[in-house]
Amino acid sequence: MRPEAVAAMLPFLSDHPANPSGSHGASRVAKTALEEARERVAARVGADPHEIVFTAGGSEGDNLAVKGAARAARDRDPRLDGVVTTGIEHKAVLAACARLAHEGHRVEVVPATVAGTVDLDALADALDERTAVVSVMTVNNETGVRQPLTAVAEIVRARAPHAVLHTDAVQAPQWLDLRGAVACAGLVALSGHKFGGPKGVGVLVVRAGVPVVPLVEGGGHERDLRAGTQNVAGIVALAAALDATDRMRDEERERIGALRDELAAGLAACVPGFSPNGDPAVQVEGILHAHVAGVEAEALLVALDRAGVYAASGSACSSGAIDPSHVLVAMGMDPERALSSVRFSLGWASSAADVEAAVRVVPEVVRGLRGD
Amino acid sequence: MMSGGVDSSVAAALLTEQGHDVTGVTLKLWGGESDSGCCSVSDVEDARRVAAQLGIPHYVFNFGADFDEHVVAPYVSAYAAGTTPNPCVECNRTMKWGRAFARARQLGFDRVATGHHARIVTTPSGPALARGADPAKDQSYVLYMLGRDELAGTLLPVGEMTKDEVRARAAGLGLRTAAKRESMDVCFITRGGREAFLGARIERRPGRVVDGSGAVVGSHDGVDAFTIGQRRGVHVAVGERRYVTDISVADATVTVGTRDELMRGEVELRDLVLTHEPPRELQAQCRAHGEPVGARLDGSTVHFSRPQPRIAPGQVVALYDGDICCGGGIAAV
Repeated sequence: MRPEAVAAMLPFLSDHPANPSGSHGASRVAKTALEEARERVAARVGADPHEIVFTAGGSEGDNLAVKGAARAARDRDPRLDGVVTTGIEHKAVLAACARLAHEGHRVEVVPATVAGTVDLDALADALDERTAVVSVMTVNNETGVRQPLTAVAEIVRARAPHAVLHTDAVQAPQWLDLRGAVACAGLVALSGHKFGGPKGVGVLVVRAGVPVVPLVEGGGHERDLRAGTQNVAGIVALAAALDATDRMRDEERERIGALRDELAAGLAACVPGFSPNGDPAVQVEGILHAHVAGVEAEALLVALDRAGVYAASGSACSSGAIDPSHVLVAMGMDPERALSSVRFSLGWASSAADVEAAVRVVPEVVRGLRGD
Repeated sequence: MMSGGVDSSVAAALLTEQGHDVTGVTLKLWGGESDSGCCSVSDVEDARRVAAQLGIPHYVFNFGADFDEHVVAPYVSAYAAGTTPNPCVECNRTMKWGRAFARARQLGFDRVATGHHARIVTTPSGPALARGADPAKDQSYVLYMLGRDELAGTLLPVGEMTKDEVRARAAGLGLRTAAKRESMDVCFITRGGREAFLGARIERRPGRVVDGSGAVVGSHDGVDAFTIGQRRGVHVAVGERRYVTDISVADATVTVGTRDELMRGEVELRDLVLTHEPPRELQAQCRAHGEPVGARLDGSTVHFSRPQPRIAPGQVVALYDGDICCGGGIAAV
């Protein structure tokens, strides 16, 4: 976590642990902190404070948005049963869509191009006047590819006049100014731990006029959209982290971009058969996703871990094993390439020393695995 | 390799205690439903926790696709062909001492260890597989196929201990898996049973049940429900106990007979593997925990000293020189 976030959080763990919904003095302190955090988050994401719903993270936000908006639309008008999304979405979105399909919604999953962006033609074909929800992420978490959200919004406006656009923007805050980048979306999901905040807390932006049926109901919190006593400590930390991220973004993009380029150049030079995936022109600065010919990603990750370099691949399933990446498959990547591709992520905490170590270690590890 | 069970937990603990540089690995082989307690998500978690307790790293290898191809699919085809496979043996052969052994080598490990109750002993002609110290738990049968290279690259730390000693050790070390129930069934067959599993994958052909003379004595819903030597489930209106003596897929016919009709003097083996020179008079073991029988090996035919009930084609026959497992083969059709 960013130090600003840790510092902001601590007082609410011991000194001010009260429930913000109470009517006494201690509660008022918590309530004030909660609402101030809400205002600060709203300012950073280009929304009004009453459009901010605090959640337990990105997965919850995605589920609340996709299921909530689809159910609300169909409640109003049974013919509004269409849900359209992409094959590169996070599993939280895909699983929410699968649940809706099970409940009788018509769900369509659109492929991506080899560059890693949603196939806009296929998207246009999938939309019609019965589409209620369209979900397209802002930045893909595996490849780091930025999606053409503005173009998507235009297509949605033209072809699906009754649809609301949801975007999973979990990977976006480090790289994009949300005020501009997600202005076109009616629902925006964010997750604290992706920008230096704590795990287990997130935000769903629900713009005014977008009807959403809640998932968690009861106490009426978060304008009846998400019941449950708020995690004030987590929320305050999230707001501090978002402030710091927004403030330092330009500087960090430059620094991290340079580190990433160094890593990419170093590995391309020292690892035969190393080739990046995704279109670099639309990739965010912090991700290097590449194919290492003839080496299984799983073996590479274990070997790298033993050498102190942490990389990732596919998605970690609940058993801890790596499943082949549905994102790479949706991009039309051939399965063998997909199973030999790994992702190196860099963030605000990454340093030149980390990159140097990786450039030193990775070629050696790959040589060992190839048996050279 | 840590399955999440008590044996592999203790194996890992012993090696760590002895000062080896140990890394725990759990294989993710089956992604479907599993009640057997092998390789389920909670088993992986058990293995991970034990590894954490021992202070060793832990990884999960996802070999699901290979497992489907090399263990599950052949299992289904074997039953469809009227034979009786041993998937745990095939898993040892293709996954544990196949993929995982190769991956371990690739990652620079010197040895692979498991919690199998068996031993690797040194003989003048090299390493050999031997029965475990606890005869009731001996698992050398399912490891019969290990070759010299694999034996040289494997450690079986709990083979010198009885199962009770293993559990006591686990409890003494405070391992969370000390009292864990043993996994008994095939890991990918749920409590719904083999019939349900196969039924979903094989197109069943009902057929006739006949006796040795060809007379029809009953009917069945599909040959995959039967195994040669089987006595249970043979619903036939005859006085005496009947056993399945033959299965013919071609005409969907199951033949039943008396125990006498089931007896054979020998069995023909395919894919014979011999890692240790078999003596003239050896012992053949035809079931995982069956009594070994005196026999002689002639080429790839095993001649029993006393007639034995016919061994279902597809089953392993392991050959022993006392406690040493010389190798074995698979009962041919």
